[in-house]
Amino acid sequence: MKPLLRFEDVSLRRGGRLLFEHLSFALDPGERLQVSGPNGSGKSSLIRLAAGLLRAEAGGVGRSPLALADDGPALDRELPLGRALQFWNASPERAMDALGLTQLGLVPVRLLSAGQLKRASLARVAASGAPLWLLDEPLNALDSDGARKLGLLVERHLESGGAVLAASHQRLGGEWRKIDLRQGDMA
Amino acid sequence: MIGGLILRDVRRGFAGGAWLPIAFFLLVATLVPFAIGPDASLLARIGPGALWIAALTAALLPIERLLEPDRADGVLDQLLLHGVADETIAACKIAAHWLTFGPLLFVASFPAAALLHIDGGPLARVLLSIWIGTPGLAALAVAVAALTAGLPRAGSIAGLLVLPLAVPLLIFAAAFCADGGNQAMSLEAAVSILLLAGAPFVAGAAIRASRT
Repeated sequence: MKPLLRFEDVSLRRGGRLLFEHLSFALDPGERLQVSGPNGSGKSSLIRLAAGLLRAEAGGVGRSPLALADDGPALDRELPLGRALQFWNASPERAMDALGLTQLGLVPVRLLSAGQLKRASLARVAASGAPLWLLDEPLNALDSDGARKLGLLVERHLESGGAVLAASHQRLGGEWRKIDLRQGDMA
Repeated sequence: MIGGLILRDVRRGFAGGAWLPIAFFLLVATLVPFAIGPDASLLARIGPGALWIAALTAALLPIERLLEPDRADGVLDQLLLHGVADETIAACKIAAHWLTFGPLLFVASFPAAALLHIDGGPLARVLLSIWIGTPGLAALAVAVAALTAGLPRAGSIAGLLVLPLAVPLLIFAAAFCADGGNQAMSLEAAVSILLLAGAPFVAGAAIRASRT
């Protein structure tokens, strides 16, 4: 089975500071992996590196098609939510439904709350059809209902052969493999 | 995705104040007769140059909204993840920016020229020089928008970058308007094409650099 994401002996330096080095792991279909660590330990940088938005100082990263949800919603503020999501995917309806956003389809993005925006960017990822999901602090601003819906989406995604890499200092629902960036070791 | 991106930016441009630079352009053109006096022949002589200065300063206004909102919202990152190269993003931005700037400025040049008593042959040359020059101006604006995206006081820095770089365009456009020489027109077109050809690569590299 080919892994959907593979880090081989990766080191990352940002702003002159070494965030981590010699990090190796592979993420197979059906697996979920949580990156944890205190603020500033490089969780988001690791996600952006996995996405290909940052370059590693050393080592190699292999990745399959992916979708990223970070703190940038990437949705047109003036458009209704449904149309803003359609810019990225022709039919976001199922993903919107799964995150409880159907009622908000006609509401302009600029009027959405932080939690609703988080749901919207998760819906963008869920609608993408990409096998690899990268979620940066997916629980930020989500209420308990949102967290439960995200958990269900992740379960379904794993069952269909996808994989999820999430960065969070909070406890995520379900069984996750873990990397702790504080010690740089893996469980 | 590329067509969708251009359409999106054109729509955002018209929804987000594409008329502002045009209003500014007309306002500056209105100020010239107040400052110079109502001497029609003098106005007609300095008019084309004054219009070009108005066009250059008007081109500065939209720079801050060209790329920075998309950078801050993560749109540029998502486009890259959807397989759109940074240079392609920049080229789309240039096309969309010109569409919301060039034709409007062209139309606004008619009343602006009337205010400055420009008509006949000189009017035709002013309009032609606007057609030729605005694509280069749009390209320059996007390149500088990419270079300054995310910086504090980006708007002021952008002005300091754009105006010197636009000097060749201004020189040849004004020379063409003044004496109608084909050489000046060719040189204006050459500068405009040079800006159009180089800007996507400059802007693409700047977008890439802003991610580190």
